[in-house]
Amino acid sequence: MVWINAIVQGVLLGGLYALFAAGLSLMFGVMRFINIAHGDFIVTAAYLMVALVTGLAVHPAVAVVLVLIALTTAGYVNQRILLNRVLGKDILPPILVTFGMSIIIQNALLEIFSADSQRLPAGWLETGSIVLSDAVAIGWLPLLMFAAAVAVIGGLQLVFYKTPLGRMLRATSDDPEIVPLMGGNNAHIFAIATALASLVVGVAGIFLAMKTNFDPSAGPARLLFAFEAVIIGGLGSLWGTLVGGIVLGVAQTLGAQIDAGVQILAGHLVFLALLVVRPRGLFPKM
Amino acid sequence: MTSMDMTQGRGISVSVVLRLVLLAVVAGLAVAPVWAGRSDLRLLMEVFSFLALAQMWNLLAGYTGLISVGQQAFVGLGGYLFFALAMFAGLPLLIAIPAAAIATAVIAVPTGWIAFRLQGPYFAIGTWVIAEVFRLSAAQIGALGGGSGISLPVALAKSLADSRGGREMVMYYIAFTIGIASVLMVWGLLRSKWGLALTAIRDSEPAAEAMGVATRRVKFMIYVLAAFWTSLTGGFVFLQKLRITPDAAFSLNEWTAFVIFIVVIGGIGSIEGPVIGVVIFFALREVASDWGTWYLIMMGGIAIAVMLVDKRGVWGAIRARTNLSIFPVTKVLD
Repeated sequence: MVWINAIVQGVLLGGLYALFAAGLSLMFGVMRFINIAHGDFIVTAAYLMVALVTGLAVHPAVAVVLVLIALTTAGYVNQRILLNRVLGKDILPPILVTFGMSIIIQNALLEIFSADSQRLPAGWLETGSIVLSDAVAIGWLPLLMFAAAVAVIGGLQLVFYKTPLGRMLRATSDDPEIVPLMGGNNAHIFAIATALASLVVGVAGIFLAMKTNFDPSAGPARLLFAFEAVIIGGLGSLWGTLVGGIVLGVAQTLGAQIDAGVQILAGHLVFLALLVVRPRGLFPKM
Repeated sequence: MTSMDMTQGRGISVSVVLRLVLLAVVAGLAVAPVWAGRSDLRLLMEVFSFLALAQMWNLLAGYTGLISVGQQAFVGLGGYLFFALAMFAGLPLLIAIPAAAIATAVIAVPTGWIAFRLQGPYFAIGTWVIAEVFRLSAAQIGALGGGSGISLPVALAKSLADSRGGREMVMYYIAFTIGIASVLMVWGLLRSKWGLALTAIRDSEPAAEAMGVATRRVKFMIYVLAAFWTSLTGGFVFLQKLRITPDAAFSLNEWTAFVIFIVVIGGIGSIEGPVIGVVIFFALREVASDWGTWYLIMMGGIAIAVMLVDKRGVWGAIRARTNLSIFPVTKVLD
């Protein structure tokens, strides 16, 4: 039964990883670039949430709205004034600029919040659970996380395939050189894509704040989990990303069941093994 | 890259002067134990280590376009394998370091095979995941101290030389050799037939492929070579530190972020770039490392600024305005 429980918890953890990954997947899909600071943005959202709720005593619901607005706006502005200037055929500039951002964010968080690890108390959400049997229980928070992941990915799917904005984003993804000829504005479309991705980053950060302890250096590990979920799922497939997150989550909880020290390692090894067996991921689209 | 115009008088004379200056500096460094104090020698050893790491990252990223953010894997493997070979296999220290580097190169073949399944930015993050696998694995090996690491026994360290001064001299010359030889090796490589292939790949990979360059094989070979030399440097670094832990050995910031910073600010895709970058990096560090987090924030800011202002770096900007070349690698028809 402990193994079944580990798998159940792993699936639910996969929801959080899918939330980490969705933003990364979206940005790569539209702009073909990886934001190295992705994990650091997630951690920044988590810090914002903690600062608002425990520092300034803002009501949690209001804080959620504020964090999401802040992240979305920052994403748009960042893309518009900085990242758009380094996009191009050469892959080094965007990697280096986001690498630089990652270092700046980590050290700025360290300067502001110190190295102490933080957590957002979530009250009954944290402790409450649905007991299925004496060995298997589903916590409300993991369940909510998983539901949020399904909702976010379903929402993104809807935006991408059913709205004029989605058509624009897909067109830019297919051929960014033709879109301006048709009256589209790439700089704006890219910024919208990043804003959308940052909105998801905000959601991921809020859940991260409730789920685990985090500190200023927690970002890079989150980037790697997000990256692994995207690759396992298959580039360009949003539902694949959810499956990728679940595979990674289950690998980690099973690894933790063997030995607490190999939890993260098990996830990485399963990722590398899948890369050997299915280099294009489980549900390749591109 | 266009061919260098050797016929212009001014360019060649400045280049020659620069070469003579560099030669004089290297000659001075070759006898550094005579004039330098203990802390200066220590600093110079670090400079040579970072010079070698930067040359290797530049060879990889600047010429084959393989952007790795996982080179700390090879620094760490070099350090750990060196400790293991010296402590458990009983190899003399000066043999254990190159032996560890050879073993690392062998390990780099399967890891490269996996990493090469990913392209472009995905390759970058993939190499990082692989480095993390080595870091987390090292923390699991009890014989090597697990997560808290292990120290090189004093008796082993003393086998290098009897006196403390003697040991420092031996270590200095190991560092000197690794650093200077890394530059000479890259230079020699670029002047060879491999260099033609590498320069072709740097300028346009599809064109190189069309001209008959086996781009994948060349890139793989360079990946393994860079792993070897990076590991050699790693072995030395931990001989100097005498203690190794997983977090120090496989540190992304120390062995990759700083190295990328050096290459990019100095000028990627040239031999001169990493040399200039190392000088700038250590000058900045001497001035600003006491600032703590602000120092790192400044480094991040500089990296971003270089990409926005002129992504060719200092040497690239100089080259675009003059025809200077300290390490000529181009062939010219008169």
